[in-house]
Amino acid sequence: MPKELSPKERMAIPRHKMPEREPLERIKGFIEVNLGYTPELAMAEAQRCLQCKKPLCVEGCPVNIDIPFFIKLIEQGEFIEAARVIKRTNALPAICGRVCPQEQQCEKVCVLAKRGEPVAIGHLERFVADFEREQGEVKVETAGFTTGKKAAVIGAGPAGLTVAGELAKKGHEVAVFEALHAEGGVLTYGIPEFRLPNSVLEAEVDYVRRLGVEFITNFVVGKSATLDDLRAEGYQAFFIGSGAGLPNFMGIEGENLNGIYSANEYLTRVNLMRAYLFPEYDTPVIRGKHVAVIGGGNTAMDAVRTAKRLGAERAMIVYRRSREEMPARVEEVKHAEEEGIEFHFLTAPVRYLGDQHGWVKAMECIRMELGPPDESGRRRPVPIEGSNFTMEVDVVVVAVGVSPNPLIPRTHAGFKLGRRGEIVVDMNTLYTNVEGVFAGGDIILGGSTVILAMGDGRRAAHYMDLYLKGEFKP
Amino acid sequence: MFEIKEKKELGKDLCQFRVHAPYIARRRRPGQFIMLRIYEKGERFPLTVSDADPESGDIWFIAMGIGKSTKLLNSLKEGDKIRDIVGPLGKPTPVKKHGTVACVGGGVGIALIYPLVKAYREAGNRLISILGARTKELLILEEEIRSNCDELIVTTDDGSYGRKGFVTDALRDLMEREKVDFVIAVGPVPMMKAVADLTRDRGIETMVSLNPIMVDGTGMCGACRVQVGGKTLFGCVDGPEFNAHEVDFDILMKRLSAYKPMEEESLRLFLAQGEGNTRVAGGE
Repeated sequence: MPKELSPKERMAIPRHKMPEREPLERIKGFIEVNLGYTPELAMAEAQRCLQCKKPLCVEGCPVNIDIPFFIKLIEQGEFIEAARVIKRTNALPAICGRVCPQEQQCEKVCVLAKRGEPVAIGHLERFVADFEREQGEVKVETAGFTTGKKAAVIGAGPAGLTVAGELAKKGHEVAVFEALHAEGGVLTYGIPEFRLPNSVLEAEVDYVRRLGVEFITNFVVGKSATLDDLRAEGYQAFFIGSGAGLPNFMGIEGENLNGIYSANEYLTRVNLMRAYLFPEYDTPVIRGKHVAVIGGGNTAMDAVRTAKRLGAERAMIVYRRSREEMPARVEEVKHAEEEGIEFHFLTAPVRYLGDQHGWVKAMECIRMELGPPDESGRRRPVPIEGSNFTMEVDVVVVAVGVSPNPLIPRTHAGFKLGRRGEIVVDMNTLYTNVEGVFAGGDIILGGSTVILAMGDGRRAAHYMDLYLKGEFKP
Repeated sequence: MFEIKEKKELGKDLCQFRVHAPYIARRRRPGQFIMLRIYEKGERFPLTVSDADPESGDIWFIAMGIGKSTKLLNSLKEGDKIRDIVGPLGKPTPVKKHGTVACVGGGVGIALIYPLVKAYREAGNRLISILGARTKELLILEEEIRSNCDELIVTTDDGSYGRKGFVTDALRDLMEREKVDFVIAVGPVPMMKAVADLTRDRGIETMVSLNPIMVDGTGMCGACRVQVGGKTLFGCVDGPEFNAHEVDFDILMKRLSAYKPMEEESLRLFLAQGEGNTRVAGGE
């Protein structure tokens, strides 16, 4: 056991970098980029935590993990115990440790961030989750009793998985209905293998299953059965986590040419359907030489790095604002740059040009400049007249957002909807205006993050539990 | 897993399947489809539900073996299992009384118009079906459709059965002979386009069922976009049926050919595997 360090000594330790695969090696395939801490690195990083009396990091975490406590356990080498502390409030730590934007949440408010670099909370979370899984010691603490109440969760994405796990721990009977053939939602179809390996996801889903949750795949609520049908089957509370619906396109000329994908389609082909392994797997994907990805979010980064791995000579981000306004995580942008991704800022496509067989061959773009801030608070991009130019492309991936999935509001009357078709909820309880129905994730936000969806799930589960017990009467 | 309860060969490389899928059987309406994935490494692809029995919980669908997935499906036997089936998807056909309705089906499209023939007849329409096939042995569901309509006209490209020529020839004659109020056309894209051109001049409302490439089929990925009336719509949630006079068939045809070289490679590898290939599906 290391001796107790003074705060000064702790603060003198520099942040430990997460080991990564070399860019030239990793772009050859879909193997995970980040390698994770070793036990030694994790214990050394854990020493940096000052164990604040009033830990701001816990407030900064959407699911309020007891961060100082689990880090203390790591410092003491109690890795399995640390994993258990995290799992009290977060059933999916191996996922969160990989895809949460910690720099905007727990790490942003870490006291060390004011003077230098925050404790690498995300890296530590990932380490303990991986350690527990790899040691084969994943213990499941089921409720040990049943309330006899049934809850239906719609969508097995990050929000739905969280709700399901939490409700099962409270003794309710939970079924998750998933439209696709695999669980995970965006974690399966959207986030690539090199950021979140499928085996990690499967292990986390399996954990939720072992908590007692039943997963029903190939079931589209609204189509295979309506909410009312499920109510008639005895489900008393519902959580809608049906996520994103159709992808947004820009409505510009030539957008339906061959070779132009939505990010959802491109990533679904590659991730869910394993098109990168074609022809061993049956689903194909077009491997472009010059690939342009339109957008600046995490989805755009995933798509452009996927294109590189599929063999693109030029894999380019085309973004209408500047680097500062990009919503993508700093780490993803850094990784993309290391991998040779080109960034074309203040640039937007105005139309696509095709060949006689209907394939995209070029993209006409216009340069932008930043005007005054718009409703999002970011400076609005304004086209510079006469600055048009043409870029040669053979694959384009449009990653400019998605709309909330309209299926359930369309097939069940009475949901109060927002301007973009999102389901309106009480942001405190996640309760909708329909009896017994809660909602969270992309369906209420229309373009959220994994951890915010999980935060919604956790809050919704709390109130669903009360609702099922008759203690929450909206 | 969905066990194949019954398999019937309707023609060369053309099979009808019955599987037990009670939720789909209960909610399915004419015009809707399912997405299938035969085995772990398979692709997701759509097929129209040709019939359903809510009481037994069974559904029927028909596949013509064209690419690897449909040939693999057709190589399965009764008792084999299909890994994934989801549905019913897409909008149901807005069946109503128009008066005289002509249902035009070409090739495997005949399987798609069969449920529509029944539905439109039940809605009180006078129903005339025009079925087209390249040759006699590719003609399917003739008797089923004959017994559900007021008149049946068959055409074959080679004249081996019925009238020699295309369905459009028969439709043109029909429209000259009597007043047709509504036309439904389902079949190969060039056929649907030809029907649309024919009825547009005469101002007869016409509906087609489109078959764009789909990946998820539930309104998430946007692969199936079609241009209709100058707007981009999505086959899986806005369709699969659209106003024929507004569909851009050229874009549809180009988009359908996007993966041709890969589809050919996939099929070639599949056929080269020979007899052992069905073992990849179901059960394992």
